[in-house]
Amino acid sequence: MFGYYLDMALRSLKRNRVLTGLMVLALALGIGASMTTLTVFASLSADPLPEKSSQLFYVQVDPYPKNEPFSRSGKLPWLMSYIDAMNLLHAGRAERQAAMALSKVKLTPENAQQRPFFSDGVMTTADFFGMFDVPFQYGSGWSAGDDEARAKVVVIAGLLNDRLFGGANSVGRILRIGDQAFRIIGVLRPWAPQPHFYSLYLGGRDYGAGDAVFLPLQSARAIGQMPINLFSYAAGDKQKLETAPSTWLGFWVQLPNTEAASAYRSFLGDYVRQQVALGRFQRSDAGLSSLMQWLRDQKVVPDNVRVQMGMAFSFLLICIVNTVGLLLAKCLRRSAEISVRRALGASRAAIFMQFMVEASLVGMAGGLLGLVFAELGLWCIRRQPAEYASLAQLDVRMFVSTFAVALVASLIAGILPAWRACAMAPAPQLKSA
Amino acid sequence: MEIRPILSSLHKHRVPALLIVLEIALACAVLCNAVFMIGQCIAGVRAPSAIDEQGLSVISLGGIDEAHVESGMARNLAALRAIAGVQAAAAISDVPLGPDIWYDGLTARPDEESQINSSEYFLGSGGEQALGLKLLKGRFFSAEEFADSTLLPSHVSSSHVVLINESDARRMWPGESALGKQIYGDNAAWTVVGVVADVLGQDPNGNGPAGMYSSIFFPQRPSASLNHYVVRSAPQDRDRVLRDALQVLGKLEPGAVLEGKIYADMRADYFADTRDMAWMLMMVCVVMLAVTALGIVGLTSFWVGQRRRQIGIRRAVGASCANILHYFQTENFLLSTAGVVLGVVFGFAVNVYLMENYEVSRMPWYYLGCGALALWLLGQGAVLGPALRAAQVPPVVATRSV
Repeated sequence: MFGYYLDMALRSLKRNRVLTGLMVLALALGIGASMTTLTVFASLSADPLPEKSSQLFYVQVDPYPKNEPFSRSGKLPWLMSYIDAMNLLHAGRAERQAAMALSKVKLTPENAQQRPFFSDGVMTTADFFGMFDVPFQYGSGWSAGDDEARAKVVVIAGLLNDRLFGGANSVGRILRIGDQAFRIIGVLRPWAPQPHFYSLYLGGRDYGAGDAVFLPLQSARAIGQMPINLFSYAAGDKQKLETAPSTWLGFWVQLPNTEAASAYRSFLGDYVRQQVALGRFQRSDAGLSSLMQWLRDQKVVPDNVRVQMGMAFSFLLICIVNTVGLLLAKCLRRSAEISVRRALGASRAAIFMQFMVEASLVGMAGGLLGLVFAELGLWCIRRQPAEYASLAQLDVRMFVSTFAVALVASLIAGILPAWRACAMAPAPQLKSA
Repeated sequence: MEIRPILSSLHKHRVPALLIVLEIALACAVLCNAVFMIGQCIAGVRAPSAIDEQGLSVISLGGIDEAHVESGMARNLAALRAIAGVQAAAAISDVPLGPDIWYDGLTARPDEESQINSSEYFLGSGGEQALGLKLLKGRFFSAEEFADSTLLPSHVSSSHVVLINESDARRMWPGESALGKQIYGDNAAWTVVGVVADVLGQDPNGNGPAGMYSSIFFPQRPSASLNHYVVRSAPQDRDRVLRDALQVLGKLEPGAVLEGKIYADMRADYFADTRDMAWMLMMVCVVMLAVTALGIVGLTSFWVGQRRRQIGIRRAVGASCANILHYFQTENFLLSTAGVVLGVVFGFAVNVYLMENYEVSRMPWYYLGCGALALWLLGQGAVLGPALRAAQVPPVVATRSV
């Protein structure tokens, strides 16, 4: 029976080519716009470390004075001061923990003909690599001992290794940072979690290419590397960042299960209360947010992307209403035909099915054309200068969802006309004809 | 025109009529909000900034030894000023629209807390002329003020004097002259010696509309934080001047990381996202209006087709072509009115939602009015074709059976 409905639907659609074309085009435009924006949204709000994210937590404490708080609405400061970061790091109460800041690192090529250039650097502590499952091509990260000894060691990204050493194993070679010699101990495989969850508020990009140079925090500070972002919570000397009343570090911990998380939460509570007792803090709130929670709370996906998605889906809704109207018009025009079929013994269900098949055909055609529009839309977005531009790619999941959205949209659009068609009383129609 | 027969006919075709109303309402709601947001985007992109935006080139000089900054700066500036076509050159900490940001909260009273992040600019000698600041009241900095001022370890300027934006002057001392007043921030106070025409802040997109024009200028003697050189020239010379400047500085500072950009390009890059957003919204609007118009044409054509016989009868009993035309136009007017009224309510609700969740301000009422008017016109335009076809139905149709 399905084959027969399909044949009927095709005949009916062919009869009004212009109307069919308009329906398909409108639906395709709506679907194309929605899928373009949905793809961008999905890739921007994706989990940057799917295997690990549930174990990673961002830690926040509040050293701001009560009369001049970080935020009027009670939000905790984004970053941590050096003192707090080191206290928590040395307490070592999590499975792994690391403090980090971004810094522009001046690299001087060996070849004196080439000019020095700035590279995106991360100043961090030993657990960074293990905690975030950073993949190494050659060598490895540094140890906590290297941190304490202010060892002049460095880990570089594969891209920088290609640029400076032609992609060869450069472990053991020297990288000149400013006027200091650092020994390369590790080279990374391509690694750029999207979004760059670990560097929100540290002054870098949220999306796009990854960082290139990873230095032990204390070694980098010893040669005068400055963090890009620095927030001050009191007046005072800001030259010596280690004691300055400034927050400039992000602090992450790895907690393997919920017991560990609640244990760390109570440790953090104790720490903050102790700092209040010491007079360093005036507020005893602390934050421990899982990675995905942190990204959600900080609204890492740009507002523009959300607004565009809302706009595109409103447009799809208008297209669906439009399709309902046109399908209804078509179906009412065919009341004589329906009545004949009903009089010859077709059941209401059969008529309903016939019209739903017709609607879903429009939907599939709309989906197919919508896919073309979505690819076109994503191509346009990839050409934009936005930092997330390269992420706008249609994957298999989105490819399938396009058809799902198209089918659901057309079936919703088809229900009303199909119901009207099958609810029609055949006798008056036959009489008037 | 009699409205009663139209209403009773619409009542008979409730569902298609409701669909048209709903489509117009949704289109109206989306259109008002989209046009409003496009307006906001354009206002951002076009936001004026009282510096010589067309004539400036900016060269950032990074990674130089702090010990040599002071001696190097005078030499570098002399070399830059010697380039043909250069009208002025100076070292400054930042330029409006970033990329670097230096904020502080500034107030007119010592114990107050600021709600706005003000962008702080530290100017080397001659910075006012190199940027092209427009002095409205008071004076620029004197040579002594430049020589006396530096950045303290607390990251506060040791200067005693500042220049401020016109907007800040009006906000902090409404109805009074700002000259000679004290401005407070971070345990320090400065005297306002001059008021300049509004210069944009370092990150107006991130800083919210209130901080857009909150900028303050300090004098500063040569130091490491003055790491941008601004070079001013005639707009037609700026590409060559920038090339020459990069070459000159590259020779003088072999160990430095140099990056040069035309200021107009920096501004275009900063607002690129906003511009794209405006284009995307505009495209959605155009396509959405086209789809809505086609929907109205489609449904009305169907109605006309269905009522050919009735139209023929009306024509046979004396209705003129104009009567039939007006019938469909009035019908569309009624549907559009219902849709537009509903749409204005939807549009307002969407605006309230956006205000609560995003950085969108309240939509002025005339956007709703214009959106409503646009859809009215669209409806009348879309119905004209089918209505004209209806008007041409000959009375003889009435006598045919089918």
